[in-house]
Amino acid sequence: MRKPLTIRILSALDKKSWLALGIFLALALVVVPVLHLNFPEDSALHVSTYAITLIGKIMCYALVAVAMDLIWGYGGILSLGHGLFFALGGYAFGMYLMRQIGRDGSYGADLPDFMVFLDWKELPWFWVGSDSFGWVAFLVMAVPALVAFVFGYFAFRSRIKGVYFSIITQALTYAAMLLFFRNETGFGGNNGFTDFKRVLGYTITSSETRLVLFGLTAVMLAVTLVFSAWLVKSKFGRVLTAIRDAESRVMFIGYNPLWYKLTIWVISAVLCGIAGALYVPQVGIINPSEMSPGNSIEIAIWVAVGGRGTLIGPVIGAFVVNLAKSWFTVSFPEYWLFFLGLLFIVVTLMLPQGLVGLWKKLMAKKGAEAC
Amino acid sequence: MLNTVDLFEDDRPAGSDGADQMGHLVTGELDLSHGVALYLEDITVSFDGFKALNNLSLAINAGELRCIIGPNGAGKTTMMDVITGKTRPDSGKAYFGQSIDLTRLSEPEIAHVGIGRKFQKPTIFEQHTVFENLELAMKTDKRVWKSLMAWLAGDERDRIAETLRMIRLDKEADRPAGLLSHGQKQWLEIGMLLMQEPKLLLLDEPVAGMTDDETMRTAELFVSLAGKHSLVVVEHDMAFVEKLGGLVTVLHEGSVLAEGDLATVQNDQRVIEVYLGR
Repeated sequence: MRKPLTIRILSALDKKSWLALGIFLALALVVVPVLHLNFPEDSALHVSTYAITLIGKIMCYALVAVAMDLIWGYGGILSLGHGLFFALGGYAFGMYLMRQIGRDGSYGADLPDFMVFLDWKELPWFWVGSDSFGWVAFLVMAVPALVAFVFGYFAFRSRIKGVYFSIITQALTYAAMLLFFRNETGFGGNNGFTDFKRVLGYTITSSETRLVLFGLTAVMLAVTLVFSAWLVKSKFGRVLTAIRDAESRVMFIGYNPLWYKLTIWVISAVLCGIAGALYVPQVGIINPSEMSPGNSIEIAIWVAVGGRGTLIGPVIGAFVVNLAKSWFTVSFPEYWLFFLGLLFIVVTLMLPQGLVGLWKKLMAKKGAEAC
Repeated sequence: MLNTVDLFEDDRPAGSDGADQMGHLVTGELDLSHGVALYLEDITVSFDGFKALNNLSLAINAGELRCIIGPNGAGKTTMMDVITGKTRPDSGKAYFGQSIDLTRLSEPEIAHVGIGRKFQKPTIFEQHTVFENLELAMKTDKRVWKSLMAWLAGDERDRIAETLRMIRLDKEADRPAGLLSHGQKQWLEIGMLLMQEPKLLLLDEPVAGMTDDETMRTAELFVSLAGKHSLVVVEHDMAFVEKLGGLVTVLHEGSVLAEGDLATVQNDQRVIEVYLGR
């Protein structure tokens, strides 16, 4: 008897999780917009533009963290280069945003400002079609997927694992950063893309546009969580965790780990690309520093703090770490990196299962005391 | 272009000529028409100059239960590595049936043509339940897309339940496999092998860590499997080897030292020397 896919997807989450997801979406799609638009700025109930941008940004990070959890928590492959896929998605969508500026740039030209500055006369070939939303939306997913596929195919076929894989991914994102720093690469050099004016013709800084982007990010995060829950509960997910725990056994019962790893690796990269594309219009800038090795390491820290292999943990981790970051960098900017390092050490030593693990332990203790 | 399917259906002449022609074919149906399930000829494997296998030749008949014994470092595990594609021989031939060249297949491909392997140290998926361990091992299409869409059918559940009873783990079905006792883990791994429905089972020290009772039950299980499957058992436990019956091959320094039934082998002067030291 085969069950239809819809029922299987419904059974990916339990009732409580569906309820939590529903509340989250109601907050993001109804409550926040109402509070932002209908209350004056001095009201206690007003949600500021700053808060919306911050939360929107963190939801993009949370999306990356879930993608990281799929590959690290379930696949056992620690990537320290996921910032690359995020940035590639961001750059792909940034191209579209640059074209949407039109003649409103400083030089009033058809070409983006940085190209005028470089004295380029026409668009490079890879910018062709970047004025089309549909084509760029395709690129947002296709470029990270292609890079991930080619890199992953050779890495996994050569059976590169563990720390060696992590180091190579660091090198990959670092190399890409150096490439994007060059003006000749055609992506704005170290300034990257900024000064966006419009998206799909709407003013990018208007409250309504911000709220729509915010809502889209929330929906994307929710969809990704459901999709990921279905993925890890499918037989595919069980094979994946089996590869993580005993790869040679998996091979000897006839699965080829290459394709399993490659599939989850590419899915993870595509999710990062989408997160990057949602991030850029909300934050208003994309530059090569997004590809710096430190950024990718931070992604791993979010997942570790929240609890890997739990899907919801990385979301919590991304929120906790980034909220702490935005508070620290305002109050004690010079201590942020020390705090981050300390956090990583504390979590690794004392909370191997992250915050979700801590919560579960506390619940179990409470349950034991009640008995 | 040659049609590979036609080649398989051809009545090929017996002999090394035919085998050489088939050498380039990497996959195909298992052909047991000559009664030989596994054929190793002049296999040599060296690691940094040390010859783990030295011109090893061995033939296992279809349905046979063969025991391999030998002192530590005799090359027993390396031999299994060669058969399952984990290690490539420096020279020599390894055929499964008449037509399948094992030296050209990857580990998952070798599993697909019908060779199952139990490791010396039980390797099971400790985080998965006993049931899931068997489910993952079950013979089925093991490509990514099929796994994404897989949903257990009723008869598949029945097969898992049947295997669970056979390995006496039906009460443990929903427990994480990591919580099983050592002997139970060995049984689970044997169960996983059976779910693969292999034609040839390679069992590396299957009763290590089992109680005497479990050991004897395992022997009964293996004897009942012979005939339908071919089994190659590497074991040190002589009581177990005796219980299995069948031919015994003694390996020493990477090649075959003696072959025969257990009593003959045990009285062989060279075997005694190897085991008792010079």
